[in-house]
Amino acid sequence: MEIEQLKSTATAVRRDILRMVAAVNSGHPGGSLGCTDFFVALYFEVMNRKKDAQGNPIFDMDGRDEDIFFLSNGHISPVFYSVLARAGYFPVKELATFRKLDSRLQGHPTTAEHLPGVRIASGSLGQGLSVASGAAYSKKLNGDKSHVYVLMGDGEQQEGQIWEAAQFAPNKKLGNLTAVIDLNHAQIDGTTDNVNNNRSLADKYRAFGWFVDEMEGNDMAEVIKTLKKAQQDPDVPTMILMHTEMGFGVDYMVGNYKWHGTAPNADQLTQALNGLPLTVGMEDY
Amino acid sequence: MKKYEYTEKKDTRSGFGAGIAELGKSNPSVIALTADLAGSLKLEAFIKDNPDRFIQCGIAEANMIGVSAGLTIGGHIPFATTFANFATGRVYDQIRQSVAYSNKNVKICASHAGLTLGEDGATHQILEDLGMMKMLPNMTVINPCDYNQTKAATLAIAEHVGPVYLRFGRPVIPVFTPADQKFEIGKAWTVNEGKDVSIFCTGHLVWEAIKAGEILSEQGIEADIINIHTIKPLDEEAILASVKKTGCAVSAEEHMINGGLGDSVAQVLARYYPAPVEYVGVHDTFGESATPDQLMEKYGLTADKIVEQVKKVIARK
Repeated sequence: MEIEQLKSTATAVRRDILRMVAAVNSGHPGGSLGCTDFFVALYFEVMNRKKDAQGNPIFDMDGRDEDIFFLSNGHISPVFYSVLARAGYFPVKELATFRKLDSRLQGHPTTAEHLPGVRIASGSLGQGLSVASGAAYSKKLNGDKSHVYVLMGDGEQQEGQIWEAAQFAPNKKLGNLTAVIDLNHAQIDGTTDNVNNNRSLADKYRAFGWFVDEMEGNDMAEVIKTLKKAQQDPDVPTMILMHTEMGFGVDYMVGNYKWHGTAPNADQLTQALNGLPLTVGMEDY
Repeated sequence: MKKYEYTEKKDTRSGFGAGIAELGKSNPSVIALTADLAGSLKLEAFIKDNPDRFIQCGIAEANMIGVSAGLTIGGHIPFATTFANFATGRVYDQIRQSVAYSNKNVKICASHAGLTLGEDGATHQILEDLGMMKMLPNMTVINPCDYNQTKAATLAIAEHVGPVYLRFGRPVIPVFTPADQKFEIGKAWTVNEGKDVSIFCTGHLVWEAIKAGEILSEQGIEADIINIHTIKPLDEEAILASVKKTGCAVSAEEHMINGGLGDSVAQVLARYYPAPVEYVGVHDTFGESATPDQLMEKYGLTADKIVEQVKKVIARK
């Protein structure tokens, strides 16, 4: 996909996120907006996904011979749902059901509602890197050459289980695994530096045996380039530190951790949407 | 009354080891994982035959559960093995979200459950695991009674699609069930028929219930002894059929009374056929270091204790 088209898609996704959380006055816009460019790049440009003759995605739980993705920091479900819908996994209009009774779009992603595109429940933090490692191991056992991607938060790096998985993946030579950390330096209670400083994540992962790379997560071209050059050594997993701005795309949200888990009110929503005009050919859900 | 005899004693964990070794030959999707306890879980034969299908996770149980959930994606059947304490309480949230809620085909296989772990003491003697696991939606919970039943259960859970908690133990105990049995998940086994009292027993307490039945028989009391090897889904029909005949029940398990098999039995009876129930189990206390036999005696998990509770419950009829 052309870079301009990817950027247009990202704008539509950001509008989805804002409208979804505003509609139910709950959910997590900050991290969702910050990770939008990454999700769009991953689903529309980087991953090799199974599609039918019409170009619509085919979803099955096993995901054999296609690249698969896990969201570990499940609270940024709005961006995940919007990108899955816009990639064709389910109708875009279903985004209107987010967090409502009987919806497949639960507050945090789940397999329980059989939403196409979701392969694991997440929300309780720290578990996704282990799950992705298991899926990567499964692909290696199956002789499946495709890749596994997982996104985590930087606050999430405070969970102990992450570091169990951090030892496991390089020791098991899971070179088909690319993990990404959303480094927005913010979590519910404040900045990550103040809450419980992660210190040097790059040095830590390098010491654990990962190939470590960094990228500007709100620069579409750089995200694509960096993701595509990961996984060069078949025996070494890749960890990408993705520098993002929480709330990117909405001026009054940028860099303010208060928007981690707060929805905009009606006026704030209007103001935000005015700053994110749809391009020709794109529509809101 | 049917007499049960045995020619040898074996540990139930070795029944698991034999079962997974057989699965190693018969089912190429089965993967064995452990958290630094391959020897204790009797995985040697599986590992020897299938080195590529064995995953040593090191002392990192939370990661082992997550990796197991991931392995199911792509069609593998992971058997995650460690001591019952580390297989449940330590990783409850990982099991809850990545396995049970996500409904992954993970088999959590837990040895050294209960007091009979012995000298290591209370840190390792989990008595709450059945309760924790049975509360999880989607989870099947199995607690077999001897070597042969554990082996058969191990084979059966590989055929069942969905999360399973399989609990077994360390001590050598009589082998009294048939070697060629087929294990039916959720189907209670009538060990002995009687009209005076129902004894619902599981795990290591089944042999104690059989011995209790013999003592009671000498005193003219006929016990209906039912082995509830599957704690969940519970064979409610078997429980109700037995109690409708006997009018009272005793549960027997190597587990905390809170949350155990007895709780499940009492709930069924309270809802459908109220009847007096007494419990043989651990009363809201941690264990301690000693030999398994000393602990079973001190904490009242013996045939004599079952006999005592039977008399108490019959008096309440």
